[in-house]
Amino acid sequence: MTLVVVDVMPKPEILDPQGKAVTSSLHRLGYQGLEVRQGRRFEITVNGDLTDERMAEIREAAEKLLCNTVIETFDVRVEKQ
Amino acid sequence: MSRIGVVTFPGTLDDHDALRAVKLAGADPVPLWHASDSLNGVDAIILPGGFSYGDYLRCGAIARFAPIMGEVITAAGAGMPVLGICNGFQVLCESHLLEGAMIRNEGRKFICRHQRLRVESNDTTWTCDFAEGQEIIIVLKNGEGNFRADPDTLHKLEENNQVVFRYVGNPNGSLNDIAGITNERGNVVGLMPHPEHSVEMLTGESRDGLVFFTSVQHFLVATA
Repeated sequence: MTLVVVDVMPKPEILDPQGKAVTSSLHRLGYQGLEVRQGRRFEITVNGDLTDERMAEIREAAEKLLCNTVIETFDVRVEKQ
Repeated sequence: MSRIGVVTFPGTLDDHDALRAVKLAGADPVPLWHASDSLNGVDAIILPGGFSYGDYLRCGAIARFAPIMGEVITAAGAGMPVLGICNGFQVLCESHLLEGAMIRNEGRKFICRHQRLRVESNDTTWTCDFAEGQEIIIVLKNGEGNFRADPDTLHKLEENNQVVFRYVGNPNGSLNDIAGITNERGNVVGLMPHPEHSVEMLTGESRDGLVFFTSVQHFLVATA
């Protein structure tokens, strides 16, 4: 079984209200000096061999659906093969 | 009589209000279903507000790939008037019919209020009955209405007169106070506030919303 992970994060220049809310909550709990940005992680189980074409297909799907490139960036990597 | 279609996705909330507003404005409202690939011969399309597909993934991201959206995108490309309200605006951005994107409100609060807007352009199919610079009051209700676009896109929107509405008193951190935009051709308009809720004094504090639905009829008659 092959596991491919797609991480989607808000672009650095884009305000991240969720991350800011988590950060201020951490500060309230006494965890100082930590700043959080919040994104999404997609775990994709791939049936069959993970070929270059398959990886290209996953990248395409990430760009088309999983990520909105106006406000987010994404990274595709093989987690387990 | 103009036939104006209103698309219902799973999770859409304001389709019935939109159909009712269309009727109050004197046009023939036509319900359209997300899973259909037919526009039923309508003359204009409204993508209403709500939480299509539960806002899963991103607001509007899954609705963008609903079967009917293929037809909507083709019709918009051919010049048909399309109006996206709130979640419908987000669907239009996800579909790349409009530029930019919406993120969570700056203050992280869901905002529900009567909002003053300035009409920046009446050179669109949905705003031609307004006067440029006119101030109107339209209901606003959303948690993710904070408009974002990269500096080049923002510059282009401003230069081309594609900013249609600006907030008077920015409620959510939207860049350049943008509440609504149009495409280059002016037939596709998206905005976060809800004109379909501002059609009767009983519930809307103004009837300024009706002008959206009369504008499009005047446009359709003029170009018929």
